Amino acid sequence: MLSAESLRKIDREIAKYPAERRQSAVMAALVIAQDEKGWLSTETMDFVAQYLGIAPVAVYEVASFYTMYNREPLGTHKLTICTCLPCGLQGSLAAADHLKKRLGIDFNETTPDGWFTLREGECMGACAMAPVVLVDNKRMCDYMTNDKLDALVDELSRKS
Amino acid sequence: MPTLEIDGKAIEVAAGTSVIEAAKRLGIFIPHFCYHPKLSVAANCRMCLVEVEKAPKPMPACATPVADGMKIWTQSPAARKAQNGVMEFLLINHPLDCPICDQGGECQLQDLSVGYGGSASRYQEEKRVVLHKDLGPLVAAEEMSRCIQCTRCVRFGEEIGGVMELGMINRGEHAEIVSFIGRSVDSELSGNMIDLCPVGALTSKPFRYSARTWELSRRRSVAPHDGLGSNLVVQVKQNRVMRVLPLENGAVNECWLSDKDRFSYEGLNAPDRLLRPMVRRGGRLEEAEWEEALERAAEGLRDAGVLASPHATLEELYLAGKLGPADFRLRHSDFSADGRRAGIPWLGMPVAELGTLDRVLVVGSFLRKDHPLLAHRMRQAAKRGAQVHVLHSVDDDWLMPLASKTIVAPNALAGAIAAFKERLAGAKNAAVLLGNFAQQHPQAAALHAAAQALGVQLGFLGEAANSVGGYVAGLPAGGGMPEVLKKDALLLLNVEPRLDCADPRAAERARFIVNLSAWRSDVGDVLLPIVPFTETAGTFVSTEGRVQTFNACVLPAGEARPAWKVLRVLGTMLDRPGTAFDTIEEVRSACLAGRDVAALLSNRIEAGAAAPVVASAGLQRIAEVPIYAADPLVRRSPSLQKTRDARPPRAWMNARLLQKLGLAEGQPVLARMQAGQARLTAALDDKLPEDCVRIAAAHAATADLGPMFGTVSVEKASVEKVA
Repeated sequence: MLSAESLRKIDREIAKYPAERRQSAVMAALVIAQDEKGWLSTETMDFVAQYLGIAPVAVYEVASFYTMYNREPLGTHKLTICTCLPCGLQGSLAAADHLKKRLGIDFNETTPDGWFTLREGECMGACAMAPVVLVDNKRMCDYMTNDKLDALVDELSRKS
Repeated sequence: MPTLEIDGKAIEVAAGTSVIEAAKRLGIFIPHFCYHPKLSVAANCRMCLVEVEKAPKPMPACATPVADGMKIWTQSPAARKAQNGVMEFLLINHPLDCPICDQGGECQLQDLSVGYGGSASRYQEEKRVVLHKDLGPLVAAEEMSRCIQCTRCVRFGEEIGGVMELGMINRGEHAEIVSFIGRSVDSELSGNMIDLCPVGALTSKPFRYSARTWELSRRRSVAPHDGLGSNLVVQVKQNRVMRVLPLENGAVNECWLSDKDRFSYEGLNAPDRLLRPMVRRGGRLEEAEWEEALERAAEGLRDAGVLASPHATLEELYLAGKLGPADFRLRHSDFSADGRRAGIPWLGMPVAELGTLDRVLVVGSFLRKDHPLLAHRMRQAAKRGAQVHVLHSVDDDWLMPLASKTIVAPNALAGAIAAFKERLAGAKNAAVLLGNFAQQHPQAAALHAAAQALGVQLGFLGEAANSVGGYVAGLPAGGGMPEVLKKDALLLLNVEPRLDCADPRAAERARFIVNLSAWRSDVGDVLLPIVPFTETAGTFVSTEGRVQTFNACVLPAGEARPAWKVLRVLGTMLDRPGTAFDTIEEVRSACLAGRDVAALLSNRIEAGAAAPVVASAGLQRIAEVPIYAADPLVRRSPSLQKTRDARPPRAWMNARLLQKLGLAEGQPVLARMQAGQARLTAALDDKLPEDCVRIAAAHAATADLGPMFGTVSVEKASVEKVA
């Protein structure tokens, strides 16, 4: 189901917790599984549950709680913009509108070329630096003016 | 011990007690939804907020441990303001559909909104909608918008049921309760989630829209299925049992009920209830008057044996034993322990003590399915660190941490017990428990003796409601089962011989059969309609020796009569001494005769002849009695018959055996035993021991096959044989 390399990484995460607390590694295990597969299918979540010895629904709870986990296949790049209250007051809604217009898609949609997916995110703990955009779950970009958003989109488009 | 003050009343409680529990002891009610005394604390409904002196904010009473000198106000303006605020939040998304909600009238949210809610809502916006879920045939989750996310159902699965079948996905306003994608709730304790749900989100599917709680009268009763004897509240409307709920009894079922005890009531009103006596005339069963039927019955029963159900009441079994050789251990096959026992085999300890054991060996038990609530007790013990060892012929998931498991073929079971001596040594409170499979085993006496030789407490997990009561009633009588089966005439008491006996052919050689049954049947020359447990008074003696008496909840259906009355009349007609009684109380006191049941119980067995050798050539059959096939009542509950546990039996084999026989999973096969054959589907269970085939008993599809234990062969079913 998962590559030997991924399983080795998951084992490393499991080792960080006491033996009877394997389930504590569920978040890390899901990140590793998603890095390999691109998204978390029912089968992948089932596998992670079985690997950690916990109920499948417990994995599903975690995977659906955090917006970083993808429960369906996405575009090559996922842009998540925080629209929680502090960010909203700092102009993130306008930034989101700009992104929507630039990409021609709404939240939870993917561009027709399959390159970008736009997501609405929950608080990323960087309210003072709003608007905040998270690129592919790993890279956080702050103070996102329209110019910086355009530059970001250009940069990500070029890499093709 | 900390002393604190709640609403001006002082109380001293153990450290670690929560404020809500301390208040309860003072008789002060604090409103709550997510808190439940048997579940872990979640503190997510926030309804139990109270004012605590020197605390800047109101505190949740369920999650706040007491401290010395604490001062708490549950009804102060600050506390009331917090509670009213929480109630307003809870009602924001709750639909105002109480008039069509099944929970109406017994809804905690409805009740508390009267005390803590506003008379009108300030919320004018759209309410959120949560889609309905299909959780299977027992629990209805059709209106999940009613859910207030207390997570009691989720915690129940995790902590009591042993498997987390429901979870809460998403977050914030999008949070909702789901089962894992596409799965139903299959726990044998799932009905308890309906009781736990404080709103109308999870309701009973069989009971849906059939009555309002205030239309129902409540009668207490005792469950007639497994040996636990769960206490019931039977709810009745217009002389019909509409619903069964648990009656809390900390020493027996706590506040829980197995699905079997909860939903089997559907069978009481089954369309095939026998309402008039029937007599066979010219090969056909025809309706008859009681007088004629009784005369025909008495005539043929002058020299008869009695097969009585272990689910029959104490009084019925006592009178049945006066009519001839009688036995109630229908699924047992080894009676060599008779005469060697020091007393009545029983659990060996009170039910509540199961939870205090620190080491247990369970031999031959489908524990979860045969004894759902005893399994729950043991699960709690295992979670506290008790070592549970399993010796069995199948490896089903027990949903609890096991210290070890040994899976061997049925004929190797007795020989494998001694090896556990070391594993049980040195425990403070160890026990060995013999399950249904061990009691039904052809070497049951040898298993019993081997278990006794371990030198720890010994117990039997009672198969049926009166597995202990049958012995108290004086059965086996007149030589027991071997003598009963020699008779040409048989009296059946609440027995469907093809489904309820160790050998489905048990009644076949009898030339005259009187069948006392609550349901129509093809078996018998005379059918006398008797009533199920809700229509008669009676007594069950549970597996822990608890004598529990109950009264009728509704009147008998049609012309059916309580079996004790029918047996009394037959006794009089046959001139049997000691059968003339006017009331059931007289029968009961004659049966118990002032004896202390506890003094009759003993699991000691004297050494006897060597165990009968079980043939080891060929493949061995492993037969379980599926949970929803165990007695005539539960077999007639349509909802239980739709569950996964009630799927038709298959021929389960491990991969090596399938390969050896040239079979594939899902292929139609023909299973043969000496007595007969059955057409089944091959199925793969790689945890089965070598050369064993698991084929369930107590099912019409396997009744022709033969006895529960023995040699079986399996071959590919050809098309001709299918036709």
